[in-house]
Amino acid sequence: MTDTVDKTPAPSVPPEQIKAIPVRHYGRWVSGVVVVALVVLIGIAFSNAKINYSVIPDYLFDQGIVSGAWTTLYISVLAMVLGVALGVVLAVMRLSSNPVTSTVSWFYIWFFRGTPVLVQLLLWYNIALVFPILNLGFYKDEMNQVMTPVLTALLGLGLNEAAYMSEIVRAGIQSVDEGQTEASHALGMTQGQTLRRVILPQAMRVIIPPTGNEFINMLKTSSLAYAVQLPELIKKATDISSTSLAVVEMYFVACIWYLFLTTIFSIVQYYIERRYARGSSRNLPPTPLQRLRKNLGQWGSFRRPEVAR
Amino acid sequence: MSGLAKDITPPSSGAPMVRAEGVHKSFGLAHILKGIDLEVLPREVFCLIGPSGSGKSTFLRCINHLEKISAGRLYVDGRLVGYRQQGDKLYELKEKEVAAQRRDIGMVFQRFNLFPHMTALENVMEAPVQVKRESKAVARERAQRLLDRVGLGDRTGHFPAQLSGGQQQRVAIARALAMQPKLMLFDEPTSALDPELVGEVLDVMRDLAEDGMTMIVVTHEMGFAREVGDSLVFMDDGVVVESGHPRDVLTNPQHDRTKSFLSKVL
Repeated sequence: MTDTVDKTPAPSVPPEQIKAIPVRHYGRWVSGVVVVALVVLIGIAFSNAKINYSVIPDYLFDQGIVSGAWTTLYISVLAMVLGVALGVVLAVMRLSSNPVTSTVSWFYIWFFRGTPVLVQLLLWYNIALVFPILNLGFYKDEMNQVMTPVLTALLGLGLNEAAYMSEIVRAGIQSVDEGQTEASHALGMTQGQTLRRVILPQAMRVIIPPTGNEFINMLKTSSLAYAVQLPELIKKATDISSTSLAVVEMYFVACIWYLFLTTIFSIVQYYIERRYARGSSRNLPPTPLQRLRKNLGQWGSFRRPEVAR
Repeated sequence: MSGLAKDITPPSSGAPMVRAEGVHKSFGLAHILKGIDLEVLPREVFCLIGPSGSGKSTFLRCINHLEKISAGRLYVDGRLVGYRQQGDKLYELKEKEVAAQRRDIGMVFQRFNLFPHMTALENVMEAPVQVKRESKAVARERAQRLLDRVGLGDRTGHFPAQLSGGQQQRVAIARALAMQPKLMLFDEPTSALDPELVGEVLDVMRDLAEDGMTMIVVTHEMGFAREVGDSLVFMDDGVVVESGHPRDVLTNPQHDRTKSFLSKVL
């Protein structure tokens, strides 16, 4: 093998730069033209439609719309908090060796995933049919007084969400290496301490991306709560359209708000994911802001470029 | 060179630290341990060798009840592991009681099993703070000292992914020592390491042995067993085939199975 190696030293002439004709990607040009043409056609169709676009800016910051967007945001956040908290409990119950708790959890998930969330909302809305009086011992009232639209929406959306979240959390818990549990037990930590300190923090990395997805879904699913009289974005938009007669225009206004809320949340999600990537990669990539600051620093001589931490 | 002695809890008596009487272990139909009898004395370095699948790791895991034994009795420091005996009845210990037993038994794993979301220092502090309810200041001070002792005083803020295998294993040893155990179990601590990183881990273990820690070491490092070990057991197919002083067993094996195993690994 080695005797065929050429012993003469390599010439020190700098290698000639390759000047080749690059592969032509005609398909990209064709498809680009097709896409542009389609966008233009759809744009023309929409602008010629009988839609009065000029009213959209008028209503974008209408008091009713803004309060509706606020309601959408907080009911989504509250329902999500309830869903995540209950979801973790259900996931732990599902994985428990106790047959009672794991069966209860199984049935919960089976029911709440298996029926439409709109029906569940309407069920909570009419819960007085089943329990006319709420009696907690220290508190007693007519059920119809207790079940405000906010509470109805919170229970309907949150309990439904818990069923989905519990499956996400279960997948996260099961993704953590068994050696982690063993190491934790060998140190004398109990099952609860192991879960809280070792398993869940590592499961978060797997749990967060689908949870962000669930939250974005929740922002939009919360519009179903208009059926239980919650004054959220869609309810407010329809209320206005019934007097202004600008029906589709008001849906556009609502859509702009939904897009705004989901965009903001996508950015928040990026930072949360980055936080929980701690320890899983050697170096975290710089955030867009850090990258921007670094680039600015290179342009201006007054700031030395920083190493992203 | 030594100095880990401060973190060693003296055994409560001169009785054996670990005593196994006819220990059996089955996983379903697989009979892994077929009656193990042995004694590990305080301050002893007890080496377990044998081919893979011989049950040595399983036996080690039985000692801190990561595996439940199927038959026999297993005592650590005079106390039954995982059970309480009243009259002629055995009662399973509650989860908290098992956890309490494990506090005094440190364990080092083949694949380190450090907590990847915590820094080296946080890994070492975790159990004292969570299990012993020590103050963070006290735990941090001891964690820093232990990491200094294993030569990683300058790596306290690193995450496991930022450390080499040898460094991770040394953090894992420090983490186990932070609970001030009476007994340390080593489950093939150098098997997952690149050859040039084995030495640094064995050095730490040698220090620990010199400080009088009772250690049970499942290993393929025959050099370590010969130099540091006080007793050596050769296991095969779930039974103890041969035991004695490491020098005697390794240089003058009596049993054919021991001879053929040693001829392959030495």
